Amino acid sequence: MDMSRPVVQSVSLETLPRRQRAQVAAIDWSLLAGPEARRLRELGFDEGVDVEVLHRATLGRGPIACRIGRMTVALRRRVAGAIHVSPAAA
Amino acid sequence: MHAAPLVALVGNPNAGKSALFNALTGARQKVGNYPGVTVERKSGRMVLDDGRPIELVDLPGAYSLEPSSPDERVTRDVVTGRSSFERTPDAMLVVVDAANLDNHLRFALQLIALGLPVVVALNMVDLAERDGLTLDTDVLARELGVPVIATVAVRKRGLDSLRAALTAAIGGGGVKPQPDAAEPITALQRRARHIARAATVSEAPARRWAHLLDSVALHSVIGPLLLVAILFLMFQAVFTWAAVPADMIDSGFAALQGWITDTLPAGFFRSLLTDGLIAGVGAVVVFLPQILILFLFILVLEASGYMVRAAFLMDRLMATVGLSGRAFIPLLSSFACAVPGIMATRTIEDEKDRLTTILIAPLMTCSARWPVYTLIIGAMIPNTQLAPFVRLQGLVMFGLLVMGIAGAYAAALILRRTVTKGTSSGFMMEMPKYQMPRLADVGIGLWTRTLIFLKRAGTIIAATTVVLWLLLSYPKPPADSGIAQVSYSIGGRIGSGIEVLVKPIGFNRDISLALLPAMAAREVAVSAIGTVYAIDDTGDASTQKITDKLRGRWTLPTALAFLMWFVFAPQCISTIAVTRRETNGWKWPAFMVGYLFAAAYIMAGITYWLAVFAGL
Repeated sequence: MDMSRPVVQSVSLETLPRRQRAQVAAIDWSLLAGPEARRLRELGFDEGVDVEVLHRATLGRGPIACRIGRMTVALRRRVAGAIHVSPAAA
Repeated sequence: MHAAPLVALVGNPNAGKSALFNALTGARQKVGNYPGVTVERKSGRMVLDDGRPIELVDLPGAYSLEPSSPDERVTRDVVTGRSSFERTPDAMLVVVDAANLDNHLRFALQLIALGLPVVVALNMVDLAERDGLTLDTDVLARELGVPVIATVAVRKRGLDSLRAALTAAIGGGGVKPQPDAAEPITALQRRARHIARAATVSEAPARRWAHLLDSVALHSVIGPLLLVAILFLMFQAVFTWAAVPADMIDSGFAALQGWITDTLPAGFFRSLLTDGLIAGVGAVVVFLPQILILFLFILVLEASGYMVRAAFLMDRLMATVGLSGRAFIPLLSSFACAVPGIMATRTIEDEKDRLTTILIAPLMTCSARWPVYTLIIGAMIPNTQLAPFVRLQGLVMFGLLVMGIAGAYAAALILRRTVTKGTSSGFMMEMPKYQMPRLADVGIGLWTRTLIFLKRAGTIIAATTVVLWLLLSYPKPPADSGIAQVSYSIGGRIGSGIEVLVKPIGFNRDISLALLPAMAAREVAVSAIGTVYAIDDTGDASTQKITDKLRGRWTLPTALAFLMWFVFAPQCISTIAVTRRETNGWKWPAFMVGYLFAAAYIMAGITYWLAVFAGL
């Protein structure tokens, strides 16, 4: 891996490769409805938190399952698209 | 003034609250409902070290004090002392999952800020240790400012220390919660993470084995196949495992009937007991084993953590009708009974989503329909072998099940575009850890269901059967008139009135008579048909089995129309009542009853006339 690049470009949780550890860089709250945003916060989504995509229901673009902290959370892709992450340079 | 102090058991969903509740109270618990909302109220008694009894109430799991669903609202109202049905707790027992501290501590911090005496149970420490997580309870207690006890509820570890801590914490009571000291959620979350980090002695990466299980259960191809296999096994088990105990119950009731017939002199009272009460209640109690097997599967699927995986797999499909995977869980429960199914919709946050789920839940083939389906199919459909393992009777049964699901799918599609129109809600759910379901917890769940079912059989069903028996037995026709008893009775005359309405869809007078009492509960249709024929027949005919009587009187198109009617018809007082409570008014239950009866009438009519034209 090219270690000379200082920061890996930010991608959304929706496109983050499976099993790639990352940190939440920013969450675009404006894309989320009020209750949705609140539940996302309650589930622990916040800047700087570790996330990882565990599973994607590939058939017909179903939901994704991701690890946040020590918890597994299911999300729809639209919500995952609002979560920007920076992959850990491993 | 209440004698026993009230302690509220509060925590996040999946913190192991119910297991802790069961461990602390044992079987001494009472399940009821909060009035106005169908949130179950579970309370039990325990005795403190100094001999004081306390009442422990298990509140619904919540993520914060800002409720987003009706059950979270109950929790918020009780702990803030705003509930109109529950007195203000004297103390709180806050349960947090040791393996999920950063998240669960946030809610714990909110609860502690209320100012009531608090004891924190750091639950499931064994699972955390297995995951390589070591925590320091002293640091945690210091940071939170309240006693923290490490527990493993399912192994009854730490319960003595917990009781001791509660004994010390519960004072004279009278502390008022202070709900105003609200801190923004993000700030709380950061404080929770900070405390969790401070209390963590060592940490290994999260559970790899659980991820491995998930890579099978959530696999795009294997996952759905596994889900179908589990559901198939469930329905298979309901029909095969239940046969022996059902036969035993059946012969038990038959023996009781025989004993009463031999003991009591013939007359009003004996006839009421045997033909009315025992025949009616017995016809329903026979289905207890099937219902328990269904609930066994549902309880195990829930306790193991698989249910949310199933919801994950179903989300895409549910999204096509504007629902989310979350709705799958109450709908699956509705196969056992729509009442707990509708109650389970309280976890659905989106109001429109929840309403749609409630409105289609009665279309799932609940266990009360099986007596009806089994009787009619057994009597009227030949059991031809169509292919290896496929018989016509089983196929018709399966067809009715699929018809219910297809009807629900179509109904949701239409409802979401008309009366419950709204933006499609999301799907966001915590996926709990996989866990071995505990025998004792499943046992308590089944026992509760048994009591509810038997209570129903002993009250609603017994009462309607007896009323029907009375209506059909009186007045007696003149001895030499040649008029059949049933036709002459009050019930018979009511039946003839209804018959005018249902004749176009192929129903006869016997069905019309059975439909009315079956409003109480669908399975009453079976006992009602039995009662009609028992009263109507004299001499040889009365010894015939009910299936033989049906064969002589019903045509196949009538039978098929009757079956189709029961796929849709909302014939269940309990479902209507629970819908009224759940939706706070008569508007939605009235709508539900209306659209389902219309669907039942149309579909039964179509079935009847198609069958007639097909020459069946």
